[in-house]
Amino acid sequence: MLGLEKKDFRLLLIVIGLTLFAPIILNPFPAGSEMAQFNAGYPDLMQRFVIFGIFAIGFNILFGLTGYLSFGHAAFLGVGSYSAVWMFKLLSMNVLPAIVLSVIIAGLFSLVIGYISLRRSGIYFSILTLAFAQMSFALAYSVLTPITGGETGLQLALDDPRILGAAQTASGNIPVPALFGLEMRASYEMTVGAWAFTFNVGYYLAALILVLSFYMAIRIFRSPFGLMLRAIKSNQTRMSYTGLNARPYTLAAFVISGMYAGLAGGLMASMDPLAGAERMQWTASGEVVLMTILGGAGTLIGPVLGAGMIKYFENIFSKINSQVLHEWFGFLPDGLENFVVTIIYPFVGKGWHLTLGIVFMLVVIFLPGGLVQGGQKIAAALRRKKTDDANPGATKPAE
Amino acid sequence: MDQFILQILNGLDKGSAYALIALGLTLIFGTLGVVNFAHGALFMLGSFCAVTLSKFLSLSHKVVDETRTDFLGNPLQVDVPYVHDWFGVATGDAIIDWAVPLSIIFAIPVMIGIGFIMERGLIKHFYKRPHADQILVTFGLAIVIQEVVKYYYGANPIPTPAPSAFKGSYDFGVLLGFDANAIIYPYWRLVYFFFSLVIIGAVFAFLRFTTFGMVVRAGMADRETVGLLGIDIDKRFTIMFGIAAAVAGLAGVMYVPINPPNYHMGMDFLVLSFVVVVVGGMGSLPGAVAAGFLLGILESFASTAWAVSNLPGINQVIIYLVAIIILLTRPRGLMGRKGVMEE
Repeated sequence: MLGLEKKDFRLLLIVIGLTLFAPIILNPFPAGSEMAQFNAGYPDLMQRFVIFGIFAIGFNILFGLTGYLSFGHAAFLGVGSYSAVWMFKLLSMNVLPAIVLSVIIAGLFSLVIGYISLRRSGIYFSILTLAFAQMSFALAYSVLTPITGGETGLQLALDDPRILGAAQTASGNIPVPALFGLEMRASYEMTVGAWAFTFNVGYYLAALILVLSFYMAIRIFRSPFGLMLRAIKSNQTRMSYTGLNARPYTLAAFVISGMYAGLAGGLMASMDPLAGAERMQWTASGEVVLMTILGGAGTLIGPVLGAGMIKYFENIFSKINSQVLHEWFGFLPDGLENFVVTIIYPFVGKGWHLTLGIVFMLVVIFLPGGLVQGGQKIAAALRRKKTDDANPGATKPAE
Repeated sequence: MDQFILQILNGLDKGSAYALIALGLTLIFGTLGVVNFAHGALFMLGSFCAVTLSKFLSLSHKVVDETRTDFLGNPLQVDVPYVHDWFGVATGDAIIDWAVPLSIIFAIPVMIGIGFIMERGLIKHFYKRPHADQILVTFGLAIVIQEVVKYYYGANPIPTPAPSAFKGSYDFGVLLGFDANAIIYPYWRLVYFFFSLVIIGAVFAFLRFTTFGMVVRAGMADRETVGLLGIDIDKRFTIMFGIAAAVAGLAGVMYVPINPPNYHMGMDFLVLSFVVVVVGGMGSLPGAVAAGFLLGILESFASTAWAVSNLPGINQVIIYLVAIIILLTRPRGLMGRKGVMEE
């Protein structure tokens, strides 16, 4: 279906289902209950899930397929954000031209950087991309202030010279980004019993784009072009000996992943029309590396899972403070309770980065294929156990 | 001319830090073939060794001073550091004052120990894995170290002063025959520069003139053959990792008075140090040192008012710009060896 194999189509259906029902799935606890703080189904966070999912899918096309580890991808996201905000300022508050422009500009930018960086491979490539990204960050932060807004970031103002659409609304406010009149921040609240679900326009636009990007990624993974990229990862020397030039393929992969990053940046600006230089800093590039590796580089669904996990950690896990911990372990005797809380406390709340670092290290050491590989291993182990139980001894080799 | 000399001097202290970190990185890369993204964290740990020791030495207990009274008329309570009780007031004060240089003695065993644990516990298992995996796992380790330090020391920079003997500045202008105050340079930065020269000299001498160093150099050139000769090269490389960690740590210890340490300073320096290593040439020790000083001085020249007014923003990007130009024109860096990291 849609030019996909059965297995991939099922994966696509799963992603569609997950994104469609995310506002419900992510809100498993009744509003107002004690566990409600673990609900992730509010628009801001859900938008971040899908936007960073798109970013990670794009990064995975470069790193997962070709093995080129870029430490500067956040630069493209930042450029995308800036161009989207400029589109809001100059053309109209419609998100469509803004997103299109951010993809184009990020693509051109990544073409330039990729053309230069890809002349080297391995760690040299990583350092080159890092250097370019840090340069863009430093320039956006200082000299390019007229274009980027410098330290304060680029924001909409009341006197923007918007060609299509008014500079101010009738009530004298800055207009909000919209898709043909459908405001991004508009939400529909639904209450079912004690549960409250929010269906947000911006989220569903981003989710639709995520599904499309995911479909694109599957097609790239399964295409002859994707096969070439894998060939670069497994043995570039052999590839060039067979008479194929690897450069155009890696450059294409780099530009595609840069465009994905620009798309994510444009979406980010559409949800909240501002852009800051800190989005381009190398720590932001490191974050997308973490997401991709954590979920599983080179797998289709892995980066999306990794992005979701890190954003969930960042926003929900970090809210657990010592008071919450004391409530949880209140059933234990006092001395033991304090002991357990003291042990756990450094790893939650503000210390969530520590947990992230440890989980990341464990994944790199023991599960190079990320969480997806871990899931597959568990599934395989369960299946083996089941068959063992069904006909004991049948699968064991005779000795 | 005086401006010229001043900029060179200004570049020296940052250049010294770059050179020391890059030297450690290159030692690890040259011996073990591992790209260590946690090296900046080692630099930061060294700084916090100094912070810890100076806090430890200032530990005090309260003593009621009968001769003085506070504003309510009660006898005044005075904090008396324990070192006063142990060594007397004059010696105790001197020890507290010299906490940062004294930390060197404390930091060397600590950093070598941390280096051993890192190498034996983690890095050892990554020799055969791709460089990307090494980068990723050490990147994760750097995050973990950073967060542990943040948990214990907080997120704010902790100012720790240099000994009072080195406060103030030296007037080079008078010495070189310029006007007074034309070239003034803080004493501690001078100390840092000479300290780094001593460390760099010591590392080179160690590799050059000792049997151990000779074996290590042979191992860097051809690990397999050295192993075939019946030498346990792995053990020696582990020791080299410890030494590299100590070099980074000492660079951190002495940098404390120049830059109050915070938990993410390691990452800030790491990015630049990697650029330095790549510019110097992967695996080349003299290259790393030369590139460290060169980039430090270039950075300081780019920060002058003249440079900034002619090329806005040049002070922010000069290092990266140089790195890009060097990598594209001389892929092996300034002094890189053939066949290193050329997969």
